[in-house]
Amino acid sequence: MLKVRDLDKRFGGIAAVDGASLDVAQGEIVALIGPNGAGKTTLFAAITGFVLPDTGHVRFLGETITGLPPHVICARGMVRTFQIVQPFGALTVRENIAVGAHLHHPRRKDALARAEQVAAQVGLDKRLDQPASTLTVAGRKRLELARALATEPKLLLLDEVMAGLNPTEISEIVPVVRAIRDSGVTVMLIEHVMQAVVSLSDRAYVLNNGRIIASGTTAEVASDPNVIEAYLGHGAAERVKTQLQAGHAS
Amino acid sequence: MSARVAGVILLAALLCVPFAVRSEFWLSFWLLVLLFAFLGQSWNVLGGYGGQFSFGHALFFGIGAYGTAVLQVRHGINAYVAGAMAVAIGALMGGIIGLLVFRYRLRGAYFALVTLAFAEVARILVASFQYTGSGFGILIPLSRSVENFQFADRRVFYLLAWVLVVIGSLIAIWLENSRFGAQLMAVRENEDAAQALGINIVRTKVLAIALSGGMAATVGVFYVQNYLFVDSHIAFGPAMSIEALLVCLVGGLGSVFGPLFGSVVLHAIGEAAKQATGNAPGLNLVLYGIILIVALRFLPNGIAGLFARRTRPKREAANA
Repeated sequence: MLKVRDLDKRFGGIAAVDGASLDVAQGEIVALIGPNGAGKTTLFAAITGFVLPDTGHVRFLGETITGLPPHVICARGMVRTFQIVQPFGALTVRENIAVGAHLHHPRRKDALARAEQVAAQVGLDKRLDQPASTLTVAGRKRLELARALATEPKLLLLDEVMAGLNPTEISEIVPVVRAIRDSGVTVMLIEHVMQAVVSLSDRAYVLNNGRIIASGTTAEVASDPNVIEAYLGHGAAERVKTQLQAGHAS
Repeated sequence: MSARVAGVILLAALLCVPFAVRSEFWLSFWLLVLLFAFLGQSWNVLGGYGGQFSFGHALFFGIGAYGTAVLQVRHGINAYVAGAMAVAIGALMGGIIGLLVFRYRLRGAYFALVTLAFAEVARILVASFQYTGSGFGILIPLSRSVENFQFADRRVFYLLAWVLVVIGSLIAIWLENSRFGAQLMAVRENEDAAQALGINIVRTKVLAIALSGGMAATVGVFYVQNYLFVDSHIAFGPAMSIEALLVCLVGGLGSVFGPLFGSVVLHAIGEAAKQATGNAPGLNLVLYGIILIVALRFLPNGIAGLFARRTRPKREAANA
């Protein structure tokens, strides 16, 4: 459903995204992982129209969407969340979610009703009338998710919805994401929390210095020497291997 | 008591003014309060609900005033038609400026400066051409009759202005309960997030400034039909722009009755000070400055924020 080919985005002399290609098929949960500064968020921004890629193209549902503005891409069924949560602080949780719901529900009443349904889906139904600015970090992450979900997307791009959450909160949100996929929404997520990546995603892409250095099932990429080096530095894969062997030997 | 209830009571009280007050002076005074309340509401649509702070709302006011006057005096067009055309031109100008400014992503102080510049340019242009009465301004010939939108009884005009304020409040209520309003407030709160959720932020802001421009132009139309005179300073001078934003800031940004509260309180205090000091020139402006400082310090949500709030949080909390 999503095809990204040879996407480049440079900021000055730095290639934030360097020839990245990836595919997401209907019904999958695909993870995009990589060390800090690898270009994951920029890649998301380039896919969803927030930054204009220098070269390469993005196809969504068979149509080229490269260079379209974010609101048009959203209307076509692809929506992103933000790593740094962006709540509409002065509005209540219900009003926040209704903004997303308004995309397909012109009438206020319908949008508010839809907002309640979505809030229940992500576990915010107790907080509907609270101003968004008073939510905790975990609450804001859920709100970010709920607003995106309210636009009734076909493909949902989640940028670190679990960053900053404690293990209990993570274990609460994992089933929420899974339920979203089971309801027919394809999910692509950027995530650092490996526990969540492994338990949620079917496949993963690993981005380092703007390049996709590995892809495959989460188990495959986690044991890929390139990936270990990207995270732990040059020669790390070799050291890990010898240490593991030493561990087994003793 | 909620701000809504207080607003409705105030509106009801204002409706009684022409039947209770005999003096021309006080009727005129309250008429101006109503007109400025609606001018404030026009600013509120863009600034309060849309978060785009204009420093040049005099531009739209002036377009309404001059448009009506010029079309009548120079082209002999009927006052109502001229007024409607002036309002349309105001809305159109709003849309054009919006397209220019918002397409190029001018926000905050830059947006404020550009609107100020447009108003100043209009002031100078209008004062430069014979067609617009150059430095003297334009007088609309006195001819009191209903067809000319001039009423022998000033109370009729007052009641019309009152209806205008009611319409302004209805527009604000509509914004709080409609898709367009929700999208506008989303844009005010966070443009990136709004965009991500499928909102065309340029279109939303352009529509808001067009609506705001049309509303402000309406005030200009009423103003010129009441005083039958306008010059470049009255129409496009910074005083009118400040008036528009001040009643809003003092009364309560993004609230239905904020501009009305602001207009009533500011002018009541201004008038009281004038009477007390024997019309010292410029004193009302000094006072406005003091009131603004006090309001910003102690009333972050304006006068409307003094009343029991429904759900909206304090402005500081929103920024946290």
